[in-house]
Amino acid sequence: MWRKAIIAAPYLWLLVFFLAPFAIVLRISLADPVIAQPPYSPTYSPDSFTFLLTDKLYAITYLRSVVMAAGATLLCLLLGFPMAYGIARCSPATRSMLLLLIILPFWISFLLRVYAWMGLMNNYGAINNLLMWLGVVDQPVQLMYTDFAIFVGLAYSYLPFMILPLYATLERMDLDLVEAAQDLGASRSRAFWDVTWPLARPGVIAGCLLVFIPAMGEYVIPYLLGGSESLLIGRVLFDEFFVNRDWPLASAVAVILLLLLVVPIVLLQRYQARDQEGTA
Amino acid sequence: MKDFIRIRGLSKKFGNFLAVDNVDLDIERGELFSILGGSGCGKTTLLRMLAGFELPTSGTIEIDGVDVTNQPPYERHVNMMFQSYAVFPHMTVEKNIGYGLRKERMPRPEIAKRVDEMLELVQLQELRSRKPDQLSGGQRQRVALARALIKQPKVLLLDEPLAALDKKLRERTQFELMNIQDELGITFVVVTHDQEEAMTLSSRIAVMDRGQFRQIGTPKEIYEFPSNRFVAEFIGTINTFRGHVAAKEEDSISVDSSEAGVTLTALGKQLVEEGQEIEIAIRPEKIFISKEKPDDGDAVCLPGVVDDLGYRGNRSLYRIRLESGKIVQVSSQNRRRSVTRFLEWDDRVWISWRPRSAVVLLD
Ligand SMILES: Nc1ncnc2c1ncn2[C@@H]1O[C@H](COP(=O)(O)OP(=O)(O)O)[C@@H](O)[C@H]1O
Ligand SMILES: [Mg+2]
Repeated sequence: MWRKAIIAAPYLWLLVFFLAPFAIVLRISLADPVIAQPPYSPTYSPDSFTFLLTDKLYAITYLRSVVMAAGATLLCLLLGFPMAYGIARCSPATRSMLLLLIILPFWISFLLRVYAWMGLMNNYGAINNLLMWLGVVDQPVQLMYTDFAIFVGLAYSYLPFMILPLYATLERMDLDLVEAAQDLGASRSRAFWDVTWPLARPGVIAGCLLVFIPAMGEYVIPYLLGGSESLLIGRVLFDEFFVNRDWPLASAVAVILLLLLVVPIVLLQRYQARDQEGTA
Repeated sequence: MKDFIRIRGLSKKFGNFLAVDNVDLDIERGELFSILGGSGCGKTTLLRMLAGFELPTSGTIEIDGVDVTNQPPYERHVNMMFQSYAVFPHMTVEKNIGYGLRKERMPRPEIAKRVDEMLELVQLQELRSRKPDQLSGGQRQRVALARALIKQPKVLLLDEPLAALDKKLRERTQFELMNIQDELGITFVVVTHDQEEAMTLSSRIAVMDRGQFRQIGTPKEIYEFPSNRFVAEFIGTINTFRGHVAAKEEDSISVDSSEAGVTLTALGKQLVEEGQEIEIAIRPEKIFISKEKPDDGDAVCLPGVVDDLGYRGNRSLYRIRLESGKIVQVSSQNRRRSVTRFLEWDDRVWISWRPRSAVVLLD
C-alpha cells in the first residue's frame, strides 16, 4: 500500500504540476483570442499555429534563442568542466569549501546579481573603467544592451547548474582508471579523452540540460542586459501574454518552445540507452 | 648475469613522511618476485615508482639496462595490474584487453588476433562482449591481467592481485598466476600483505617494514633463516627465548636464558660476543612433544605443562607453560587416526628440539 503510494508520488506530481498545466496551455493555444474574461473563445482553431509558422519573425526569434542558449551552455561547459575537475581533485575539506563558494551567490537575490552586472558593464562601470585605465581603449566600449551582455549574464547565472552535476560524476570517478590508461600507453591528454570524458558524459549531459532548458526560456536576463532589438522567445512570450493579451498565440509559442526542448532530450536519452547496451 | 631490474638508493617522501627509505633491490629476468609487508609500509608506493606514477625523491631505477627513473608511465615497457583492477567500465571485455595495443596503433587484424589469444589465456572467450559491471570479481581480475599482459611488457607489476577475491578463488587463482607467468616468462613483481600468498607464489620475497627491506631471499630462506626478529615474527609463528651468550664454541653457542630455565645451545657461526643479549627462536613445528624426557643428549629439552590445546584436523596446536611461566607454542602432525587425545589439559610433558633447528636473532 505504502510502496504503491511512494511509487505513485512522482507520477502524481508530474500529472498535477506538468501535464495538467500543459493540457490547459495546449487547449488555449487552439482557441481564438477574444476580448473577454478569460480572453479566449471556447472554440477550436489552428490559427495561432498557422500564424506562428508563417511569420518568419517567430522562426528567427526561436533560432536566436536556440543559438543564445546553446552558446551560453557551451560557455558554461568550458568554464565549468575545469572548475568541477579541479574541485573533485582537492582534499575533502577543501572540496566542501569550494562547493560552498560555488553555491554562495544563490544567497543573494537573482535580480540583484543581474543588476550588479549592469553596474559592472555600463559605459562608466568597473569593466570600462579598468580597460580605459589600462589604456586598452580610450572610449568606453558598448557592453550593455548587446548580445555579449546576454551571454555573460546567462553563463554567470547558470554556471553552478553546470558545475554541480559535473562535480558529482567526476568526484565518483576512480583515479586508477586514468592511471591505467596511461600505463597502457596513453598520454595524459589521450587518457582524458579515452577515460575521463566518456565517464563524465552523464554529468556533461545533465549539466547541459540544466543550463540549456532554462536559458531557452530566460526572460529577465535578456530584458535587463540585452538591447531592445534583441528579441528572444521568452520576451515574445511575455509580450504576447501581458502586452497584447493574445493568450492563444502566447500559448502556441509556449507549446512550440516545449517541443523544441523535449525533442533533443528524447534523442539524448535514446542515445544513452543505446550506449548502455554496449556499442561504445 | 646482469640484474634485470636494478633499484639503487630509492626513496620517496610525502611531505616529511618517508614512505620508501633508501631501498636497494635487484630482480632477475623471469622471476616472480614478491614484496611482502603490512599495510602502509610503502609497498604500493614502491610499485608506483616502478610503474612511473610517482617520481622518486632520490635514487635510480634501471630496467633491462635502461635508466627509467624519469620516464613517464606510457614510455616504460612495464605494465601494472591495479589493486582496484581499474577495468574501464565503459568498454567491453574485448575493448579493455585491446586498449594497450590500440594506443600503439597496431593494425586492427593483429589486435583482434592478440586479443583472442589473451581471452583464451584467461579463459574469458564467452564473456568477450560483456561490460565490466556484468562480471564477477574474479572475472574482472582476469580482464585486468589480460589487459596488462597483452603488450608483452618486460615487467608486470601486480598490486595485491588476489586481495579482493574470496579464499577458495584466491587459492585457485594463485596457481593460475604462476602458470601464466611460467608460460610467458615475463618478470612479475607482486605486492602483497598475505605471507602465505607470497610463500606460495614467489621465487624470492622482500620483506618490507616502514619503507625498508628487512630481508630478501627465497621463501625457504625467509622462513627457515629469518635474519631478524621482525621477519621471524611476520612470517608464521615463532617462539623466542631471550638470553645472554654464555659460551662460544667453534660452531655453536650456549645461551643462558631465564625464560627457558636452562642453557640453550644453538648452532651457527654468528657474529656474537660473550655476554651479548640475543634471542633464540624456534618454529612451533620444529618442537617435539613427549610424556617422557627424550633420550637424546644433543637435544634441548624443557619440562612443562599443557596449558591449552587445539585440534586442527591435520595437526594439533599446543600451548605449553614452562616452569618460568613462559608459554611455548608447539605444532605437531596428526599422523595416526584416533578418537582419544594423546595429551590432555594439565598433563606434564617434555618439549625438545634439535639445536640446528633454532635460529639466533640479533635484534
Ligand atoms: N600520495 C600520498 N600522499 C601522502 N602520503 C601518502 C601518499 N601515498 C601514500 N602515502 C603514505 O605512504 C605510506 C605508504 O603507503 P603505501 O605505499 O600505499 O602502503 P602499502 O601499499 O604498503 O599499504 C602510507 O602511510 C600512506 O599514508
Ligand atoms: Mg597498497
